[in-house]
Amino acid sequence: MTTPLWGRIAAAAALLFLIVTPQGLKPYGLLLLSQWAVFSIAAVGLNLTLGYAGQVSLAQAAFLGVGAYTAALMTTHGWPLWSALLAAGALGFAIGWVLGYPALRVQHHYLAFVTLAFTTLAFLVFRNETWLTGGVYGINRIPRPTLLGWPTARDPLLFYYFCLAMLLLVLAGMWRLTRSPWGRAFIALRENPIRASSLGVDTRAYTLLAFAIGAGLGALAGALYAALVQYIDPSSFTLAESLKFLLMVVVGGSGYFLGPLVGAAISVLLPEWLRFTEGWYLILYAVLVMVLMAWCPSGLLGLLDRLVRRAQRLSHAAPAAPLLGKEPGA
Amino acid sequence: MAGFVQLLISGLATGAIYALAAIGFTLLWQTSQTINFAQGEFVMVPAFFVLAAMRFLELGFWPAMLFGLVVTLVLLGAVFKLALVDPMLKHGVLPLVIATIALAIFIKEWVKNHYTGEAQRFPSMVPSGTVSIGGATLSNHDILVLVVAVAAVVALQLFLTRTVTGRCMQATAQNRAVAIVLGISVQRMILLTFLLNAALVFLASVLISPIYLAKFDNGETLGLVAFTAAIVGGFNQVRGAIAGGFIIGLADNLTAAYVSTQYRTAVPLLLLVAIILFRPQGLLGRAEERTV
Repeated sequence: MTTPLWGRIAAAAALLFLIVTPQGLKPYGLLLLSQWAVFSIAAVGLNLTLGYAGQVSLAQAAFLGVGAYTAALMTTHGWPLWSALLAAGALGFAIGWVLGYPALRVQHHYLAFVTLAFTTLAFLVFRNETWLTGGVYGINRIPRPTLLGWPTARDPLLFYYFCLAMLLLVLAGMWRLTRSPWGRAFIALRENPIRASSLGVDTRAYTLLAFAIGAGLGALAGALYAALVQYIDPSSFTLAESLKFLLMVVVGGSGYFLGPLVGAAISVLLPEWLRFTEGWYLILYAVLVMVLMAWCPSGLLGLLDRLVRRAQRLSHAAPAAPLLGKEPGA
Repeated sequence: MAGFVQLLISGLATGAIYALAAIGFTLLWQTSQTINFAQGEFVMVPAFFVLAAMRFLELGFWPAMLFGLVVTLVLLGAVFKLALVDPMLKHGVLPLVIATIALAIFIKEWVKNHYTGEAQRFPSMVPSGTVSIGGATLSNHDILVLVVAVAAVVALQLFLTRTVTGRCMQATAQNRAVAIVLGISVQRMILLTFLLNAALVFLASVLISPIYLAKFDNGETLGLVAFTAAIVGGFNQVRGAIAGGFIIGLADNLTAAYVSTQYRTAVPLLLLVAIILFRPQGLLGRAEERTV
């Protein structure tokens, strides 16, 4: 599978943009960009669950919370951040596995309901188990890591680069994953589960794996989030936040490799741009989602894909190359 | 003992309201494969239609209730089906799920920003007061809830099983293709289901708001309870939704009294997980054939 040349150029340009432009930004701008990178990681994980395995998970914010509390507790007790990142990812994966196992015995929408229940239960635990989580007061003074002898606490730009590097690492891993035989099984699953299972793909195991990896990435993002904002409380990990992640993936384009990044950008930046609208922001966002679902359920990248294909057809160009990382149905 | 009876009856009363929301949820799923994630908001918002009519149109309580019912039927029944569900059904279940999630946010934010973020008192249909039955003291409103909700459920069952229209609706729910062959106007039946759901959520709204106050974020808990009740009882059964509603109402009240108020919302959820583990078709449900 080769990526078209213009795709590589676009990726390089985007990367350059992400590295160069933040140089002149104020700390608040850097905070937003770092937040975008962190949320993108969680959304990339959810995209594997939703876009590739076709399962609705309403628990991404809860996994974020699991990771955030793990990291907060570990780093405030003197553990280094890298160990916290590993522990958070592993814990998220394990919880995802245990949670998905019973739900995926039954088909349909049961994973959605189980994850819904999990999100609410996790929130109750974060809020009520004060001895562990600090209850409604949360945990503060979460330290930021020292990178190569350089403390990131006083340098938001450096911490942003750290978040960006983590995002790129996750993307690289995901790129490998979706192109490995494993990843092909995920895609087969999405395109036609009945055919996939008749070809010997254990659909249940792969769906479970996709969900557990998605959960692990959510928790990893949570650990980074704790270090980024340095103060966490239960209100960041509610059902409403989980829904926000779900909408992020869908708006960007579920099943598209870069969809979650677009969705996360909209979710983080739109409230800033629409600040002048005051109470209208979420209302407008909700309308956008509904219109998108009625008109083009494959999201903004799906819309772009459709426009490009139409243009190609009009100019009688070569058959459409797989665009933006979404393989067309076999 | 009197305390226990009291808890039992108020548990049954809230359970009856949950059952109303759960029945509507189940009906929508059966006839049009709509999983309505905005069902909680659907129960929250009719109370605000009534309050808005009283405040802005200066209507009395009963005219405002009538106004609220009509607005609910039009917006949450007809407009919901024609403007949101119909254009999306062809894309499958998932986009519709996402769209109803967005709709829930829309309704919630609209109430919060354009009406109020504060909890609002909502008048009961009966004067306040208490009745004492066998040593247990019950509020008039609890009794009203039980009477109205049970009457609504019985009326609904009679409608579904005894009238021609109701049987046509059931046929549509059970097998769409056969219903079409039999000459049933499927689209009209589906619209009727949506109107029925709107009427049920209106009833649930005006019954529950005097107890828990009307607030923009009530839908989160109510929606969760409605799903849970529907699944616990059996996703594809109206009877199941009724049983599920009562079970959740009782479990909720008894936990709050005897176990922990902090974790009272957790009990229905644990029940949900247990059901999915051990009896995925629900207590009264039939096992659906697996699609794969």
